[in-house]
Amino acid sequence: MSGSAPDRMTGHPGATGAPAGAPVLEVRGVTKSYGDTVVLKGIDLALGEHEAIALIGASGSGKSTLLRCIDLLEGIDDGDIFLDGEPITVPGANPVPFRRRLGLVFQSFNLFPHMRVIDNVTLGAIKAQKVGRAEAREEGLALLARFGLESRAREFPDRLSGGQQQRVAIARAMLTRPRVLLLDEVTSALDPELVGEVLDLIRELKDQGMTMILATHEMSFARDVADRVCFLEDGRIVEQGHPDQVLSAPREAATQRFLARLLHANRL
Amino acid sequence: MSTQYPLTTREDRARARRRRSRRHMAISGVSAVVVLGGLVARIVTASGWPAFRQTFLSAHWFGVSFGSILSGFWLDIRMFLIIEVCVLALALLIALIRTFDTPVLFPLKLICIVFVDVMRGIPTILLIYLFGFGIPTLNLKGLPTDQVVLGGAALALNYSAYVSEVFRAGLMSVHPGQGAAALSLGLTPAQALRTVIVPQAVRNVVPPLLNDFIALTKDVALVSIIGPQEAARVAQIFQDQDFNFTPLLAAAALYLCVTIPLIRIVDHLQWRRIREQGSALALGPR
Repeated sequence: MSGSAPDRMTGHPGATGAPAGAPVLEVRGVTKSYGDTVVLKGIDLALGEHEAIALIGASGSGKSTLLRCIDLLEGIDDGDIFLDGEPITVPGANPVPFRRRLGLVFQSFNLFPHMRVIDNVTLGAIKAQKVGRAEAREEGLALLARFGLESRAREFPDRLSGGQQQRVAIARAMLTRPRVLLLDEVTSALDPELVGEVLDLIRELKDQGMTMILATHEMSFARDVADRVCFLEDGRIVEQGHPDQVLSAPREAATQRFLARLLHANRL
Repeated sequence: MSTQYPLTTREDRARARRRRSRRHMAISGVSAVVVLGGLVARIVTASGWPAFRQTFLSAHWFGVSFGSILSGFWLDIRMFLIIEVCVLALALLIALIRTFDTPVLFPLKLICIVFVDVMRGIPTILLIYLFGFGIPTLNLKGLPTDQVVLGGAALALNYSAYVSEVFRAGLMSVHPGQGAAALSLGLTPAQALRTVIVPQAVRNVVPPLLNDFIALTKDVALVSIIGPQEAARVAQIFQDQDFNFTPLLAAAALYLCVTIPLIRIVDHLQWRRIREQGSALALGPR
């Protein structure tokens, strides 16, 4: 069992002591409720090295809540979550060191409007990872360049298009070298013509070996990028499997109903 | 059929716009001259005008008193600056304690709530009296007895209560996603507050904050009721001795020199905000 963060210099999520084949992230029997509303009713999920899991399901099925619970932004009621074999949901434990090993990108970007793009991107590295200002800046500019955003580094976020803002948000999460990248419906707030640039970027990260969980409404993207699709309904994982199987030949009636509704709305 | 009408050209519209703006300027110019001119004429032709000029606008008494009033005003400015810094720090602290739930701080939170309620509920002038005469009577070692310090402390506490409510509104106006984003990057809650939440909260409340600054610049004069000779007090002493009110006007003019620029800044900031965010005030085509 190892709690070591991925090596900063390689940045590649292979440099930990976790045994090969062991899950990077494991969710076991997690339940979560807000007041009387039970949002997660016992979630079990294991994410392997370099794996991408797509969470699909209707709004309110618990996709976002699950991601927020994994990033320890919400406390869970029952169950446990393990990162590289180490429990991160121990009651009373400080969540900050664990959050530093995870990256979360939000549906509504949540860029800091009072900071320039480059300062948004380097904030986590400087404050949380204690990287030197100059070094973080250099890395940040390199990452922005890779994402095609180098000319925007000195601008404030509200001057950017939605697609650019979301790419900045992804860069911001990536510069902290997360072990797992959590993507919470990152294209849902974008105009249709801006969705492609963000999806291309995520596909590229996946191709480079990033381990990720993405909640999404883009079924074709889930099929394209994910190694596994999990269908959530009413706080439970109803069906999971290879994208082609879940999306083309669903076994469960609930999955079939969900996909039929999407088909009816011309969203498949 | 609309073809029977000639199409309105760009020149037609430009001409109409020019005509409208000329008419607006003419109307506002004429009405300003008429109203203000009428008012001035009415005042200077009043039967009491010569007596008024003698008692309120005397060049002689202005010359006699101005130097002393100005040095009194210097005390006002120093008090204002020091009090303002204290108010900003204390008010932000109170607002943070009241906004965020930390079990350790619960007793402090309770104290802050009571403090703000009491301070906002007492007239400022009473508070200054109570501090100025009450604390020296206690005769406690270590507590200041200087009237400037005591009066200033009373004002600082009083204003902190008001300004903490302004900061609290600012803190609550920051979107919860901002805090979540900062935490998800691995920042500690304290770091998230310092680098993400507080800067945005303060920016959101700059105009109401400046409003309270302006009120404070004037309320500093209240400290004079327990002794310190600041501008208003000095002017009043002259007036008591010489039965001429010119010194009061001189003091008022000094205050205006500070407050009017501040007021203009607030106005400018508010208009800029309206321009950026839009407002129901912007009616009709431009």
